[in-house]
Amino acid sequence: MKTESKLQKLLDSGHFAVTAEIGPPKHASAHGIRHHAHMLKDYVDATNITDCQTAIVRLSSIASAVHILDCGLEPIVQMTCRDRNRIAIQSDLLGAYSLGVRNLLCLSGDHQKFGNEPSAKNVYDVDSIQLIYLMRRMRDEKMFFSGEPIKEHEPRFFIGAVANPFADPFEFRVARLEKKVEAGAEFIQTQCIFDMERFERFMEMVRERGIHERVHILAGVTPLKSWRAAKYLQTSVSGMIVPDDIVERLKKAEDPKREGIEICIEQIKHIRNIPGVHGVHIMAIAWEEVVPEIVERSGLFPRPKVE
Amino acid sequence: MRLQYSPNIRIVEMPCSGTIDHRVLLQAFEDGADGVFVAGCMEGDCHFQKGNYRAKKRVNAVKKLLDEIGMGGERLEMYNLSAAMGPRFAEIANEMTERIRRLGPNPLKKQSAETTEKEGDVA
Amino acid sequence: MIIAQQKPIKDIAAMIADCKKVLLVGCAGCVTVCLSGGEKETEVLASSLRIMRRLQGNPLETVTYTATRQCDPEYIETLENLVKDVDAVVSLACGVGVQYLAERFHDKWVVPAQNTMFVGGSTAHGVWEERCGLCGDCILHRTGGICPIIRCSKSILNGPCGGSQYGKCEISKDVDCAWQLIYDRMKALGKLDKLLEIQPPKDWSKSRDGGPRKAIREDVMIG
Repeated sequence: MKTESKLQKLLDSGHFAVTAEIGPPKHASAHGIRHHAHMLKDYVDATNITDCQTAIVRLSSIASAVHILDCGLEPIVQMTCRDRNRIAIQSDLLGAYSLGVRNLLCLSGDHQKFGNEPSAKNVYDVDSIQLIYLMRRMRDEKMFFSGEPIKEHEPRFFIGAVANPFADPFEFRVARLEKKVEAGAEFIQTQCIFDMERFERFMEMVRERGIHERVHILAGVTPLKSWRAAKYLQTSVSGMIVPDDIVERLKKAEDPKREGIEICIEQIKHIRNIPGVHGVHIMAIAWEEVVPEIVERSGLFPRPKVE
Repeated sequence: MRLQYSPNIRIVEMPCSGTIDHRVLLQAFEDGADGVFVAGCMEGDCHFQKGNYRAKKRVNAVKKLLDEIGMGGERLEMYNLSAAMGPRFAEIANEMTERIRRLGPNPLKKQSAETTEKEGDVA
Repeated sequence: MIIAQQKPIKDIAAMIADCKKVLLVGCAGCVTVCLSGGEKETEVLASSLRIMRRLQGNPLETVTYTATRQCDPEYIETLENLVKDVDAVVSLACGVGVQYLAERFHDKWVVPAQNTMFVGGSTAHGVWEERCGLCGDCILHRTGGICPIIRCSKSILNGPCGGSQYGKCEISKDVDCAWQLIYDRMKALGKLDKLLEIQPPKDWSKSRDGGPRKAIREDVMIG
């Protein structure tokens, strides 16, 4: 289903897409978001705006998206199922579309236990797969989640989902990815990949089922600043695998930040050669300024233009 | 063997330390005992397999409860010894008496001198 | 059964601080089985409160009684005489019992001695675990007999989410991922294809979100 998303046009015309991520701040100024948007504008095709990631209260993803649009960059609004019931989700997304947002990423959201409001009530009225399905149906069949028709101006989002090849049960991950595609996901962004071998096995299973022909898969990468950051992801974040040799490499490096960038570039070059991968999603967590260099040195610059 | 131990100890015989109940222990304190120690068999030597282990768990639970209600868990202790360990019994009796002397008399006794207790249980 | 856990004694004492005589009512139902509000626990609580109050120089008189159940009016009726001359009633039942006592003895100060926690069962002596989310629309036939509503931290119906690793939930290494359990069971039963069906959003109006629920059996109603 065609939408006005530039990201979709790029992917559909066979380009290897580059997306990045901007984490909104824990305050009410958009200065930083706009600064990052200007910096990334020519280097990525679109940028995700996280929705209170790790359940920490932050400036709203939809409001951030409007700032980013204003800076000439295409946003991908993330919508988690954690904080809104089906009434709020629909209302917010109608609003987002009216403001010019064209890409939507549907996800469950991290449990509130990890954030700065651990005593909050979570919602999970619908889950990520249901949200994908309902938003797809809203667009293609012009109806609200309840089934009530939308008479006019239905939101026409390019709908994305996430996949985590590093969570368990491993064999079921690909099946669940297929379930998301079945529900209506048109692009997939993966969890940060450090264990390349496991990701390759994952992609092999994806190809066996022909999923890569039905959905655009963008492989997630994250440049690491230090071996401690790597160790933290390795030991403290559920659903993450960081091989020891990456930790070691950063530990031995004279300039760990440089080394982190090098590793990330190597990973992107490797990923580009994996059949079925249609793009890369760079999650430079609180380190957005390195994205242009990574894109450029990975041979992904300049970005193609679409109308 | 005639061993001397503190004359202030009153022995309540039970078939097994495993029959100790929270209520019995609390009642002893309500009735004015300054301290209570439960003497169970040596660990591993229970005729009923685990009676003394269970007693220990219960004693620990009641110690916590006594702390919570302001009576002080130190007034209660569990010891393990066999029927053949007379000298050890005397030693424990003296040890416990020492401890309780240090803690002073059951604080309820001060109060009960002023008020009379009513038995309320009907069930 | 309903699993409840006694509140800290000082909290219970605070609720009845200005009372001279209280009735403590245990319940011989679920809370007896989960060892938190039966006859024994009622007596232990009464004794504890008496000791505490005597230590404060403000003795408390207690009456104890354990009802067959506190969630049926006929078993509460028998309390009438005991309730008369007490200043407050402390219920050791679940929240249902506390409310039944408060409804029946509406001019009496009725307080809860327990925190009603969940519906579950024992997994070992002294260990109880939540098993049912009381959603009012059972889906266990679709999830291999394992309830994602209550055993998944997010109550996800199309799991597992990306936080599942090594069989554990992202919130804690001590919490099993319900969806891993569901997956394993469905796999063993040769029914993995069922997990590929997209489960639709749940009708929460059958759960607590629809207001207090009622179950009616006309064939057993009297009158």
